[in-house]
Amino acid sequence: MIWTLFTIPALAGLAAFFMKSRAALRTLLVATAVAHLALVITVAATHGAPRYGAWVGVDALAIVFLFITSVLFMAASVYAVGYLAAETPGARTDIEDGELFSNEPEAVFVGCLLFFLASMTLVITSRHMGLLWAAVEATTLASAPLIFFHRHHRSMEAAWKYLMICSVGIGLALLGNLFIAAALGPSADTGLVIDELSAAAPRMNPLWLKAGFIFLVVGYGTKMGLAPLHTWLPDAHSESPSVVSALLSGALLNCAFLGILRAWQLLAAAGLTAFAAPILVAFGLVSIGLTALFLVRQTDYKRLLAYSSIEHMGIMALGVGLGGIATYGALLNAVNHSMAKAALFLVSGNLLRAFRSKEIASVTGSMRIAPVSSIIWLCGAFAITGMPPFGVFVSEFTIIRGAIDGGHVVIAVTVLLFLGVAFAAVAASVLSMVQGEPPAGVIREKETLLTILPPAVLAAVVLMLGLYVPPFISSALHKASLALEVLQ
Amino acid sequence: MTMLASIALVLLVLSNIRLLGGSRLGTLIQTVAIQGVILAFLPLFAHPGGGLNYELLAMAAATGLIKGLVLPRMLTRAVRDVQVRREVEPIVGYSTSLLVGLAALAVSAYLGWKLSPAEPAVSPLLVPVAIFTVLVGLFLIMTRRKALTQVVGYLVFENGIYTFGVSLAYRQPLLVELSVLLDVFVGVFVMGIIVFHIQREFDHIDADKLSLLRDGESQEEHQ
Repeated sequence: MIWTLFTIPALAGLAAFFMKSRAALRTLLVATAVAHLALVITVAATHGAPRYGAWVGVDALAIVFLFITSVLFMAASVYAVGYLAAETPGARTDIEDGELFSNEPEAVFVGCLLFFLASMTLVITSRHMGLLWAAVEATTLASAPLIFFHRHHRSMEAAWKYLMICSVGIGLALLGNLFIAAALGPSADTGLVIDELSAAAPRMNPLWLKAGFIFLVVGYGTKMGLAPLHTWLPDAHSESPSVVSALLSGALLNCAFLGILRAWQLLAAAGLTAFAAPILVAFGLVSIGLTALFLVRQTDYKRLLAYSSIEHMGIMALGVGLGGIATYGALLNAVNHSMAKAALFLVSGNLLRAFRSKEIASVTGSMRIAPVSSIIWLCGAFAITGMPPFGVFVSEFTIIRGAIDGGHVVIAVTVLLFLGVAFAAVAASVLSMVQGEPPAGVIREKETLLTILPPAVLAAVVLMLGLYVPPFISSALHKASLALEVLQ
Repeated sequence: MTMLASIALVLLVLSNIRLLGGSRLGTLIQTVAIQGVILAFLPLFAHPGGGLNYELLAMAAATGLIKGLVLPRMLTRAVRDVQVRREVEPIVGYSTSLLVGLAALAVSAYLGWKLSPAEPAVSPLLVPVAIFTVLVGLFLIMTRRKALTQVVGYLVFENGIYTFGVSLAYRQPLLVELSVLLDVFVGVFVMGIIVFHIQREFDHIDADKLSLLRDGESQEEHQ
């Protein structure tokens, strides 16, 4: 049952490469997304504890991340149908420097999207540190062609940078896994399945285990976009098609975060959280602080969203590092951030199509050009900066409360300050885009349902999570945060 | 056996120093190929009892084939296709690079001494040499301008990880075998360089010029 979660998208991806008809490709994409979501729901309803020693399984943490990935992919695939239909075929001129370029073949694009889904699902469901590592590498290889969908030199640069930086990160993560294997000592016969490792953790060599944790955090942290390892992220997010940006930001970064959480579980089992927590807190604070500065001087609205993602990854790392109720907050924030950020990226694609510019300064009066998109854009922006009544407010508030409960008042105040700066920066940019008169030459086009409905639904989910967290979501999150607290 | 392994590891250190001082891409690729051959011998010393098994033999053969033959050939092909100027224009000069290399060697010796006792390694030199090779690879990636030289740097970085892995090759062969997946990255990089040059979508493969997307000055120029 669990195997079908990633074999179905993988097989569908393989099939996509041999398909010519656009209609068939788009149907395959949406059908696979529906099948994946249905399977995730079934697995969530029926799963028990994963079998001890199994390489692939679904535990409380995996369920949360599976749902995020599957729901986002569902929204993205519907949006992609509308998006691909509106792309001009053949060669066309680039909006920024007028050079000619053409798109990647649609079969490659859809095939890579499905491989991307398969590899992310494998990351989430794998319970073997080596398999998880290999799956993270697979996500990198599957997503690089997606960033390069518009084959012009800027997306080429972004994809090259993404591959180069993330491959170094992946190398460091392998070194971290090797260190953890070394920590087992010469006599041990233990494999690298998380259950076995956790059972053996108290007897492991603490020095090697700590070294392994650092390398895993740095390695997967590169992929997750923790500052100062984030340098690939703004480029990749701003140059890839909006539907890909949404998946990168909402789903991929979470998968990398899960890699770090697995390492954290090991350290918790070994009773070394006192060593691990300050590392996550430090990465979290640096990410939150640095992005606040970059948000203020940002002139490109897709990069603005990208920096906001780094900020939220920092908030999540901080939450887990602080522990207690903040862990719950971090997981809730993973859900909220993914939904809100994906909605924003999808809408940014609509604005980009209407205004043909990614500059914040050249977009004005979007309310008159694309009213529905603009309303979602505003809601999303207020949601992502943590305004009530949206869900991010609840999750950020929970983390701050966790900090104060734990006696870290200085951290709480610092974070609030940075969040304030980020709010001011994002709100100023977004309001200037929505209000005023549209520039001459930009005409109002009919907004299609396929490109509006997915972000609207995602934004509605964030709003709902701010007002009311349904019991099945809160109990799943509680179980997941318990898995991060006690594993001894 | 430890003696032979130590000799191989010393040769690895020497090859790293040659990489730090080398300027011609041809030399760099040749040196990396020699590294691949040296690495192929290491699994033969990995059995704790001094014996051999099929898994270790297969690992040695695959390493020699991929790192010693296939990847260097692809790199040479890329040099020919792309007609990259043979000299490299490094951010840090060659003599300074050598000095940095010496410092890295000292750091690796210290770290290796701190960490070594956990694992009865192939040779006492294994952990320090592995760390040194990783550091040299990272240094090459960061300080060389040509995309191709950076790929060579990545290969060296990855060789260092593999060297460390050899100490675990007997108990955890899977992890070491997984490191082949890092070779896939090298392959993708080289293919990227070859293919996109041919398609002329990218005039220069100078990764340092990939600065258009950097925040700051370049952005202000756009306005």
